[in-house]
Amino acid sequence: MKQQQDPNKAAYTEGISRVDGRLKVTGAAKYSAEYNQGNMAYAVFANSTITKGTIKAIDTKAAERAPGVLKVITYQNAPELPGYQTGKDPSKPPAGGGPLRLFVDNTVKYNGQPVAMVVADSFERATYAASLIKATYAEESFQTDVTKNLDKARRPGGVRTEDYKRGNPDEWKNAEVKFEAEYVVPIEVHNPMELHAIIANWTADDKVEVYAKTQGVKSTQNAIAQAFKLPKENVQVTTKFVGGAFGNALRTWPHETAAVMAAKLVKRPLKLVLTREMQFNSVGYRPHTLQKISIGATKDGKLTGLIHEATGQTSSFEEFTEGTVNMSRFMYACPNVGTIYKVAPTDTNTPTWMRGPGEATGAFALESAIDELAHQLDMDPIELRLRNYAETDPENGKPFSTKFLKEAYEMGADKIGWKNRPSKPGTLKEDGWLVGYGMGSGVFGAHRGSATVKATMQANGTLLLQTAVTDIGVGTGTAMTAIASEAFGIPSERIKFELGDSSLPPSPTQGGSAITATVGSAVHDACLALKEKFQQLIGNGGADQPDYVKVLKDKGLPQLDVTITSSPSSEARKYSSYSYSVHFVQVKVHPATGVTRVTKVVSVADSGKIASPKTARSQIVGGAIGGIGMALMEEGVIDHRYGRYVNADLAGYHVPVHADIPQIDTIFVNKPDFVVDPMGVKGMGEIALIGMSAAVANAIFNATGKRVRELPITPDKLMA
Amino acid sequence: MKQFQYVRPTSQQSVIDALTKPGTKIIAGGSNLVDLMKHGVMSPDKLVDINKLPLRDISSIMGNVRTIAIGALALNSQVAEHAMIKERLPLLSQALNAGASAQLRNMATVGGNLMQRTRCPYFYDTALPCNKRNPGSGCGALEGFNRMHAIFGQSEKCIAVHPSDMAVALAALDATVEVVGKKGRRYIAFKDFHRLPGDHPELDNTLAKDELITNVIVPENNFAKNSYYLKVRDRASYAFALVSAAVALDIDNGRIQDARIAMGGVAHKPWRFYEVEKALKGKPASTETFEQIGELAMQGAKAYKENAFKLKLTPATLVEALKHAARIA
Ligand SMILES: Cc1cc2nc3c(=O)[nH]c(=O)nc-3n(C[C@H](O)[C@H](O)[C@H](O)COP(=O)(O)OP(=O)(O)OC[C@H]3O[C@@H](n4cnc5c(N)ncnc54)[C@H](O)[C@@H]3O)c2cc1C
Repeated sequence: MKQQQDPNKAAYTEGISRVDGRLKVTGAAKYSAEYNQGNMAYAVFANSTITKGTIKAIDTKAAERAPGVLKVITYQNAPELPGYQTGKDPSKPPAGGGPLRLFVDNTVKYNGQPVAMVVADSFERATYAASLIKATYAEESFQTDVTKNLDKARRPGGVRTEDYKRGNPDEWKNAEVKFEAEYVVPIEVHNPMELHAIIANWTADDKVEVYAKTQGVKSTQNAIAQAFKLPKENVQVTTKFVGGAFGNALRTWPHETAAVMAAKLVKRPLKLVLTREMQFNSVGYRPHTLQKISIGATKDGKLTGLIHEATGQTSSFEEFTEGTVNMSRFMYACPNVGTIYKVAPTDTNTPTWMRGPGEATGAFALESAIDELAHQLDMDPIELRLRNYAETDPENGKPFSTKFLKEAYEMGADKIGWKNRPSKPGTLKEDGWLVGYGMGSGVFGAHRGSATVKATMQANGTLLLQTAVTDIGVGTGTAMTAIASEAFGIPSERIKFELGDSSLPPSPTQGGSAITATVGSAVHDACLALKEKFQQLIGNGGADQPDYVKVLKDKGLPQLDVTITSSPSSEARKYSSYSYSVHFVQVKVHPATGVTRVTKVVSVADSGKIASPKTARSQIVGGAIGGIGMALMEEGVIDHRYGRYVNADLAGYHVPVHADIPQIDTIFVNKPDFVVDPMGVKGMGEIALIGMSAAVANAIFNATGKRVRELPITPDKLMA
Repeated sequence: MKQFQYVRPTSQQSVIDALTKPGTKIIAGGSNLVDLMKHGVMSPDKLVDINKLPLRDISSIMGNVRTIAIGALALNSQVAEHAMIKERLPLLSQALNAGASAQLRNMATVGGNLMQRTRCPYFYDTALPCNKRNPGSGCGALEGFNRMHAIFGQSEKCIAVHPSDMAVALAALDATVEVVGKKGRRYIAFKDFHRLPGDHPELDNTLAKDELITNVIVPENNFAKNSYYLKVRDRASYAFALVSAAVALDIDNGRIQDARIAMGGVAHKPWRFYEVEKALKGKPASTETFEQIGELAMQGAKAYKENAFKLKLTPATLVEALKHAARIA
C-alpha cells in the first residue's frame, strides 16, 4: 500500500518512454558528424603553441605537398568573409569585445587557437599534414590565471550584472552572529560525449547545407547567413541528434564559420570534427570564479545582512557574464542584501554557459555559507532556511507564481533520513568510514519564450508536430509528444514530433531550462487550435474525439494543419517564477585517505507539473551526477607558465563513472504553475545541478568537520 | 600520425630480426602505443604486431620453486579472472582489476602493461618540455602541475611516475621478466626491470632494443591469504593512482613471518619498501605495528609544490593496505 502512494515511484513508472530511445541504443540515431556526403573533404586544425603574440612566419609547404591535401588555409590566404567586413578593422572588435574570428590576422589570443586549417581527402591525411605546419611567433607576456589578474577586474556592462543593493548590505557587520568566507569554483569543461562537429555542403554559390552540433538550428542559421551575407533561407541547418552539449553548443563558434568557408574554397562538402583537446580550448567552459559571502544573523537565525561578491573569468577579447550572484538577492528573506559581480580577463578562449551556469557557481557559495552559518548557530541547516523562507520575492516584492520549496525540503529530508544526520560533525562512523549528510538548494528562473509549431493531422491519423527546436539529449521530443498526447487526446504512438531542421517554424535555442515551457506551450496551443479547426469542419455537436481519418476522407482533405505562435502572457510579469530543487546526499569519507564516496542521493524538484515523468527523472539524475562531478572531481587545469591545459583529455579530466554514483532518488513536487504556461510546467534542466555541489560539500563537512571551499574536493583536501 | 609500416610475423625470430632495425616498435594491444602515436609522442617507422606469437598461456611450472608463468600476450582481463591467479596470486588479480576499464583490460596485454609509458602531461604534450620525450628540453613537471608525480627516487631531470597497477603487484611478488633477443633468452629480476630516471629519463626500463618480453614468472608464495591491493584515486574507478599499495603478508599465529610491500604512484618504477618489510618480520600483525612503520617507509621521500599531500597519503595508504591484508580493517 505504502509503496503505491510513493509519489516518486509513481512518477517514473508512469509516462511514456523516450521516443527516440530505440534509435539511440541501436545506433540508428544520426549525429552531425555522420551525415557523410559524396566526395567529402576533411578539415583539421593546426593550433598555436603559444598563448599570446603574433605569428612571425608560418610554413605550410610540407603540408601542402603532403598526400591528399587540397588546401591549407591561414590568415595569409583566407578569403574575407563578406559579413565580417563591418567597415571596421576585423581584428579590432567593438568595445566590450566580440567573438574571435579565425584567420583574419596574425594575432594569437590564447593557447590552442587555430593558426591553420588543412583540408584533405581523408581525415588521417589532413591530420598528418596539419602536424607538418611550422609556425614561429613573436611571443608576448600573458596571464591565464584569473587569480593573478584581479587588479583588472571590472564591472561588466548590462543591467542584470549591475551592483544590487537592498537596505544596507553592510548591516551584516553589526549582527550578533557573523560569518564571512571565500569560495572558489575552478574552470570546468562541458565535455559531452559527442565532439563538436560540422559538415558543410555548398549546393550553389549562395546556398549551403550544414549539419552541425548546435543547441539552436535557427541561431546557427542566422550566424552563418550573417557571416556569408546570405538570405537566411539559403542556409539549411540540420541537427537531428545532439550527443550532449551542456551549453557548449549554444553559440556558433569560429571553427564552424571557418569550416563553411573552407568548404566553399575547396568546392567540396567538408567535415570538421574537433579533437577532444579542442573541447577544452575552443568551445567554452565554466569560468574560474572567486566568490565571497558575508552574512549576519540574529542568535535565533534571522538573517540581517548578506553580501555576495563574485569575480568570474572572461577572455581578453570578449565579455562573458552570467548570473553568479543573482540567487542571493531573492533566495532568502533578508532586509539588507548586496551583490557585486565582476569579470576579469585572461588570455584564454571565452567561457560560455555550462549547465546550471553562473547560478550553479553561485549556489555552491551561498548554500555552503548558509550551512556554515547554521553550524555556527548550532542549528539544523533546514531549520535555518525555514526561518528565512521568502514567501514573496524579496528582490521585487512580487508574489511567486508557485513556490513549493518548503514541501521539497520536507520530502527530501524524509526520504534520505535526515534525522540520522549527526548534529555534531565528525561523529558518525560506519565500517571505518566517516558518515555525513548534507543538503543544498537550487533555483533558476522559470522562463518561457516564444515558439511556433505547425500541427498537422495526416490522412493516416498521425499527428505531426514540427518546429525548429533541438533536443540535446534532454528528451524534448518525448516531452512534446506527451504534451501533445494530453492536449490533443490521442495516444502518443500516433504522434510524431519533428525537430532539428532550420526550415521548420521557429523555436528558440535549447538552453536556460525554458524549452518545455516555451515549445510545450506552442505544441499545446497548436493541438487545441487544430482540434478546434476539426470541430469547425465537422460542425457543431461533433464528437470530442472524432475519427480524424474518416473526417479527412469525408471532406476530401489530404490533411489539416495549423501553425501557431505562442508567447508568454503579460499576466506572467506580475509574478516571480522560479523552479526550485533541493539535493540531499549522504557521503562516506575515509578518515585516512580522504576518499569520498557519495552513498545516497535524493533530489527533489519543484518544477511545476511534470510533463514527461521518465525523461524528467533522467534530467534530474543527469544533473545530480553533473553536480557530483563538480563537487568531487571536475577541474580544467592550465599550467599558467605556458597557458596550456595539462589535462585536456578524459583520462586527466575526470567526470563521474558509474562506480561513483549511487542509486539516485528523484522526487517531484509535481504541482502545476499555470502562470508560467498553460500546461503548468516549469523548467528543470539547470536546477538538476544547481545546489548539488554545496550539498556534497556540506555532507563532507558533516562527516569530517572539514570545510572545503575550493572545488573540486579531491582526497588530498580531506586527508587526515 | 605519420605513415608507418606494419608487419605481423608468426615467429619470435622474425620479431627479433625486425627489432634490430631502428624505428621499429612492437605493438600488442595497442592501447598505449597508438595513443602516443596519435599525440606525436612516439612515431615509429614500423610496427611489429606480435599477436600471432604463442605467448598467451598462463601455466603452473614445477621446479625447485614452483612458479606461475604468464605469457606476455595474456590479456589483463584474462589474467585477472584466471582461477589459478585468483587463488594463488590474488594480489595480482586485484591490482589488474584496479587498472583502467573493463574494455581496456580486454585489449591490454601483460607485456604492454609493463612497457606502458608515464602519464605525465608534459610527456604527452609535444608543445611542452619533457626530458623523457625530448632529452635536454627540461622537466615541465618539476615546477608545474606535479600533483600526480614522484616522491621517491626521482631526479631533477624527471619526476614522472610509472602508471601501472599490475607492475606494483608483480614487484611485491618478486616476479621475473623473461625476455628474448638477438643474444638469446635472459631473465630480469622485477626490481631491475624498470629504471629510475637519473640522467636518462628517456629510458623507462632495462629491456634492450632488440628484445621482446615473452613471459612474466611469479614464484609461488605463502601470501595468498593475507594480501591486498589498495588504490587511492580521484574517482572510484577508471583513474590512475594518486598512490597505491600492494601488500603481501605471511602471518602465522598473529605474527608476521614475511612481508612484501610495493607502492605505485610514488616513483618512476614500482617502489619496494625493503626496510619496512624487514621491520615487520616477527611483529604482531596489529594496527599498532602498522602505524609505527609509517615513518620508516617515508625515509628519503621528497615532494613538490602540488604533491606534498603524498607525504601523508603514502603512509596512510600503506597502513590501510596492511590492515586489510591482515584482515583487521
Ligand atoms: C584511458 C586509460 C586508462 C588507463 N588506466 C590504467 C590504470 O588505471 N592502471 C594501469 O595500470 N593502466 C592503465 N592504463 C594503461 C593500460 O594498462 C595500458 O595501455 C596497457 O596495459 C598496454 O598494453 P597493450 O598491450 O595495449 O600495449 P601496447 O600499447 O601495444 O604497447 C605498449 C608498449 O609496450 C611495448 N610492448 C608491448 N608488448 C611487448 C612485449 N611483449 N615485449 C616488449 N615490448 C612490448 C610496445 O612496443 C609499446 O611500447 C590505461 C590506459 C588508458 C588508455
